[in-house]
Parts: sequence; C-alpha cells; structure tokens
Amino acid sequence: MLRLDKLVKTYRTGDQALKSVEIEVPIGQVVALIGPSGAGKSTLIRCINRLVEPSGGKVWLDDVELTALSSGALRRARRRMGMIFQEYALVERLTVMENVLSGRLGYVGFWRSLLRRFPQKDVDEAFRLLDRVGLLAMADKRADELSGGQRQRVGIARALIQNPALLLVDEPTASLDPKTSRQIMRLICELCAERGLAAIINIHDVALAQMFVQRVIGLKAGEIAFDGPPDALTPEVLTRIYGEEDWQATIKTDETAEEAVA
Amino acid sequence: MPVREIAGAKVWRRRTTGEAMLRWVGWLIGVAIFVWCWQQISASTTWFFVWDAPRIAGDIIDRATPPRWSYMEKLWWPIWDTINIATLGTLIALVLAVPVAFLAARNTTPSTWIIRPVALFIIVASRSINSLIWALLLIAIIGPGVFAGILAIAIRSVGFCAKLLYEAIEEIDETQVEAITATGASRWQVMVYGIVPQIMPAFAGISVFRWDINIRESTVLGLVGAGGIGLQLSGSLNTLAWPQVSLILLVILLAVVISEWVSAKVRGAII
Repeated sequence: MLRLDKLVKTYRTGDQALKSVEIEVPIGQVVALIGPSGAGKSTLIRCINRLVEPSGGKVWLDDVELTALSSGALRRARRRMGMIFQEYALVERLTVMENVLSGRLGYVGFWRSLLRRFPQKDVDEAFRLLDRVGLLAMADKRADELSGGQRQRVGIARALIQNPALLLVDEPTASLDPKTSRQIMRLICELCAERGLAAIINIHDVALAQMFVQRVIGLKAGEIAFDGPPDALTPEVLTRIYGEEDWQATIKTDETAEEAVA
Repeated sequence: MPVREIAGAKVWRRRTTGEAMLRWVGWLIGVAIFVWCWQQISASTTWFFVWDAPRIAGDIIDRATPPRWSYMEKLWWPIWDTINIATLGTLIALVLAVPVAFLAARNTTPSTWIIRPVALFIIVASRSINSLIWALLLIAIIGPGVFAGILAIAIRSVGFCAKLLYEAIEEIDETQVEAITATGASRWQVMVYGIVPQIMPAFAGISVFRWDINIRESTVLGLVGAGGIGLQLSGSLNTLAWPQVSLILLVILLAVVISEWVSAKVRGAII
C-alpha cells in the first residue's frame, strides 16, 4: 500500500539524512522504525507526507505518487495519512474538541472551520473517538490542562478522525512514563487492527517495539540495516544498527517488565 | 583567561596584565571626557537662572494652588475626546498592524526578498516619527481636529504593534503548525488553527499596552491642535492661568492611572 522507491533526502547543509531507502508496507501492517538518533527516522516519516520535501526518489500511497503531487492534490492526499507526534503537537490554547476536530480541516471549508461549524457527523465521530480513547469527559478542557498521556490520546483521536489509511507516528512514547508508554502503544496498535490501518512508528524503546509490532525496520545513517520480524532482533542485529553495547538486557526486559506492570 | 606558572603553581587571573592596563586606560579616558563635558555645559549655563529656579518654581506652585475646580465643566468634553482619540487610534492601528506583522514575520511572509523588507520598512517608518510630528503633518493635510489626532495615534502605533506581533509570530511552536499542516489543512486554515491561537495572548497584551501608551500620547496632541485636552492645556499655559493648568494636570494624571489599572487588569486576566 505504501511504497518508498529509492527515497533520498539531502539537507541544504549537505547532510545526507536518507540514502536511497526502499520500503514497502502492505495494508494493515504496523512497522516499527528503530535506529540511533540522527539515523533519519523523523526525516523518513516527514518525507512521506512531505512536511519535509524529499530530494530524490518516489513515494507511492496505493496508486498515487505523493512526490509528484501539486500542493492542492498533496493536501487531499495528506488527509489519508494521520500523524502522531512526540510532544503531542496539540494546539495548546484550543480545547480538546477543537484539537480533535482540527483533524477534519482537510475536509471542511475555510469559513466553516473559522466559525467552528463542523458538520454534525464530524462532531459525532469526534465524540465517538474521544470515548474510544477514554477522554469523553475532557472534551471541553483546554489541551494544556491535560497530562502527557491524555494529550497523546487526543493526538491519536486527531489523527484517526482524518479517516486515514496510514498512520505516521513519530516517537509517540518518548515523553511518557513506562506505563503510559505501553498503554499508548497498545492503543495505537489496537486501533490499527480495528480499522485495518498501516502504521510506521518511530520508536527508541526496542523492547516496547518488540512487544507490539509485526515488523521492525532498523535505520542506520540513512540506510536500512535490518528488516524483519521482532523476534529476529538479536544482539548481533542491534549491534549492527546501534553499535557495540551489551544488548542482552534490552531484549530480555520483555518478560520482567511485563510482570512489573502487572 | 590567562594561566601562568609561578613557582610551580598554576595562577589564574581573569585578565592578562596587558588587558587589565588597557581597561584601566579606557576608564581614565571615559572619566576625562565626562569632566570635560561637564565643564562645557557649565560654561554655557546661565547660573543665575538655575539658582533662581527654586524660588520661581515655588512661586508657580503657589499660584497654581488651589486648582480652579469650577474649570472642570469645560474639561469633561476634551478628556472624553482624548480617550476616544487613544481608543479609536489603537483600534485602527491594530487592524493595520495584523497583516503587516504576518507579512514581516520570517515564518509567515510570502516572500523574504520583496514583501518582508517592505513590511519592515512600514514598521520602521511608523516608529521613527513621534506622534506629535505625525499630528503636525496631518493637521497640515486634513486640517486641525480630533480626526487628525486619531490618525496620528494610529500611524504611530502601527509600527509598534506590528513589530511586537511579528516577533510573537516568529516565536511560535512550529510543531503545532506542522501538526495542522499534516491534516491536509489549507494555508489559511493553518493560520487560523496553528498560528492564531498561539499569538492571541501576545496580541491582547500588545493591544492594551499600546492603548495605555496612547492615552498618555493623546493628552499632548492638543498642543499642536489635534484635539483633546492638550488644547486646553496649551491655552491655559499661554494665558498663565496656573490654577487651570494644575487642574488639567490632575485630570491627565487620573486618566493615566485609570488606564494603567485597566490594562494591568486585562493583561492579568489573559496571561
């Protein structure tokens, strides 16, 4: 469904963030993207919806070539790609409801959005999603009154109300405590399964990734260093992605951490 | 940060000897210039008037008290004019300042090379000329009166408001803008949802702050004939009607105190 074809990004400073990356993600597959800081994970995700303009290669979403779209067509294509951010990226001074409804901006005209006159079915869907992520009571609160975990749930609702085919998730748990991290990851993966969404999730926490996803891609210095199932992440593979370190503990935490939460 | 070896110990000083000497000479020159300037000013001052100043000031205060309270009935209308000049001028300035600010901010301007310099020029031009001088120019163009005062205040305030506002726009959190862009929102929707909520507190603060300044500025506009209480002030000064002058000064003081109080309340409520 999503296909990256020799994707290249070179920043103006001359840094090569992505060197000819090729990835194909089928419908409904949740992929974790791991790799050291600066490996190009964020750049990769942003090149897909062109928040960062790729310098070469092609991105295909179904049979649409995203990299060739004009700005109007790109806006329509972006509606099919929900994005979730590390620091939540909610508009702090708007209410939870406004933040969720902002996911419909691509579908609603300017004046209606300015006057906050969203179609009733969008509002219904917003309430349904807020209920699903457990924040129905918070609809009228301002976004900056919420805790980190709650904010990320609003971020998830905002992405889902776009009715996307693909979720682009950038470090969803990096600012959250371990327990909330798991809840958020579980929620994202459950929702993907419910709706048959594909997702690319940037994540630093290897153990957490292993717990929830079907496929792991390791990125190192802008190149794919690993692509396989989570079980295949051996210490050797992690050394290949991140460099030399004692990896036994990182992978083994799986069961022990599960007990700690329970 | 020089480190020297003296008798085996590492000695650290903030500056090297040369630097310390240089700074000392610099201070010496500075003091010498100050003393010389003092002498120049002293030579061109008629000291007789200065020694006489306390007596004259005492004399004026003596004549100015008590204020002529009955004159108040002629001041209600001018002070109302003054407040209106400030308020309307501020409103017009805000309407003009918003687009200028968006054109001047580095992250929202449509063109860094053509439009941004134009917007910055508007800001500098408006700020560089005092409202009293704008009023003189406008009186020559559209004749004396309240309208000239309103325009003078407005023109002077555009630059001030636009400058503070565009700085606020440049300091917004870009990830919120990114998030709205990623939903497929149009350029204008990104502005309304991603940028405007972030700059609202700054906008409200700037508005009341400028209104507060404009109350003070509009009290003197009448001196050049641009309406408001300044007209009465200059009339009373010219006829040496000191009790009236003191009453006018009291009224101005009161108006400024009230405007400060209002703007402090409003800012407190927003932030």
